Amino acid sequence: MSTDFIQAVTANRLSDGFVVYLTAQDRWSEQIEDCQSADDRGAAETLFARAQQLAAGAQIAGPYLFKIARQDGRPIPLGRREIIRTTGPSVGTDLNKG
Amino acid sequence: MYRYDEFDHAFVAERVAQFRGQVARRMAGELSEDEFKPLRLMNGLYLQLHAYMLRVAVPYGTLSALQMRKLAHIARTYDRGYGHFTTRQNIQYTWPRLGQVPDILAELAEVEMHAIQTSGNCIRNTTADPLAGVAADEIDDPRVYAEIIRQWSTLHPEFSFLPRKFKIAVTGAPNDRAVTRGHDIGLRMHRDGDGAPGFEVMVGGGQGRTPIMAKTIRDFLPVDQLLSYLEAVLRVYNQLGRRDNIYKARIKILVQSVGAATFAEMVEAEWQEIRDGALDLPAGELDRIAAYFAPPPHDDLSVACPALDQAISANAHFAAWEESNVLAHKRPGYAITTISLKPHGGIPGNASAEQMDAVADLAEQYGFDEIRLSHKQNLILPDVKKTDLHALWLSLGKWGLATANAGRISDIIACPGLDYCNLANARSIPIAQRISERFTDLARERQIGDLSLNISGCINACAHHHVANIGILGVDKKGAEFYQITLGGVANENAAIGAIIGPAFDEWQITDAVETIVDVYLQQRETDERFINTYQRVGPDPFKEQLYASDQAR
Repeated sequence: MSTDFIQAVTANRLSDGFVVYLTAQDRWSEQIEDCQSADDRGAAETLFARAQQLAAGAQIAGPYLFKIARQDGRPIPLGRREIIRTTGPSVGTDLNKG
Repeated sequence: MYRYDEFDHAFVAERVAQFRGQVARRMAGELSEDEFKPLRLMNGLYLQLHAYMLRVAVPYGTLSALQMRKLAHIARTYDRGYGHFTTRQNIQYTWPRLGQVPDILAELAEVEMHAIQTSGNCIRNTTADPLAGVAADEIDDPRVYAEIIRQWSTLHPEFSFLPRKFKIAVTGAPNDRAVTRGHDIGLRMHRDGDGAPGFEVMVGGGQGRTPIMAKTIRDFLPVDQLLSYLEAVLRVYNQLGRRDNIYKARIKILVQSVGAATFAEMVEAEWQEIRDGALDLPAGELDRIAAYFAPPPHDDLSVACPALDQAISANAHFAAWEESNVLAHKRPGYAITTISLKPHGGIPGNASAEQMDAVADLAEQYGFDEIRLSHKQNLILPDVKKTDLHALWLSLGKWGLATANAGRISDIIACPGLDYCNLANARSIPIAQRISERFTDLARERQIGDLSLNISGCINACAHHHVANIGILGVDKKGAEFYQITLGGVANENAAIGAIIGPAFDEWQITDAVETIVDVYLQQRETDERFINTYQRVGPDPFKEQLYASDQAR
């Protein structure tokens, strides 16, 4: 297993669709810094299984795993799509998440 | 304008109540997302990258001032103060909260609007020529038939679970302003030898990953037989359309695989079974619907308008706007005006709540209370006296709505792209912003003249890039956004699909590439020749040579 394989779970919050991340405390946080990450495929599967159990409630919709990198210990989303999900639209900055 | 009857009111109110219950059950955890998703989609509610998106239909693109004010109110109260007008005569709200969507739908119902069938594998909002009822070249008002199709198709039990979505567009004029050949069914009005109106029926058009222009399967269909024939087309598709592969499920693939002639025979056979029955439109019913679309009480005016001529002479900016944004009206002394939602550097199709309110006021003041949406993501006031044009232009200017670019290179159609859309591979809006900023010089834009440039953020082609003179498609290359250019697309009655010119450009090269294309055109064009005509005359090679000149040098 490659050492740079790190994944976390994201979803959209049911009430407003906002992007959220699964934390180690089984909460859903708007901050990617709070995400729990999995360093290998087995851990990722376990993490995702937990997310699916939590999704059975009515807090979030559509959980999935995505790749991150760690920079100075902070999780950085990989790929344009996940970067934009994390930061909000790159246009019309007055309309960004806030 | 069509007004709901008691049945319409009761139906939409009941639908809102149903959805309120469905949302409550979802939020209480009684419905899973898998169970809820098809229910929300049937009410136009998507889940996008950052939030929900509610798509509201504006049937055949016609709005009253009251309805526009309601759209503004919803933007202000339930969203972030703006709305996004789309190529299919819808408005999209980008940030609604799930729990408030039933309230939004209830507010829409108050002004006879809804979000039904703006998503899902059903017959979507039927679109029409935005110049319906006012265009000089029109045979008959297509909205009459679009409304009849709306009533027939709304929650049609047989066609609520089609193999894939199904889009119909109607035009009543020979000059096609509704991209009819780009639809699953396109209807174009003609007259028969006796002068009676009927439709040419075109089937199997669409863009997306397999762009195909619709084929004519019937040259002339009497208007009273419209619904039975449409029902026959839908039945053949519903039975034979592929359900095993989402990419091959649209009717265009079926028509392509069996051939248009065979498909026409199948439809004819089905039609023989059901024609001359309950779906025939009685003359009384046609007249009843047509009466809703009767022209407003125009004054008898002369063609000449010295006040307008004077204003044009006195102000070059007004003259430029009048040249690009004002079209001929069928009534003497009146004009059709395009309100551009494409300010240079702005987000194509977006309007703030304040702008929507302003347009509503101006429609009441100058335009018989009527507003239209065009597939170009602009608004139209279809009934303005020529003597009022200057005053209207001044008022529009106060709201940032007087950009003189209708039909020009900065009148860009752009989808929300990867900034908002769950399906997108690349961003569209920032590219549109940079290109339109590159062409802010009014004199230069006028010199370039009529030119369509559309940008889609993925192969689904919501921004109609295939039928743009210059089409731009965003693609993902190993995590980076790249933009592929097609040239030669046409969206009118001579609809054609553009051809890929060569390798894609990155986000920092694409604006220069567009400028190179424009430069080649200006070098090559003959007097007053439009971009598309030059391209058709000289072909892709001169463009290719300039675009990839540095590659060859390497």
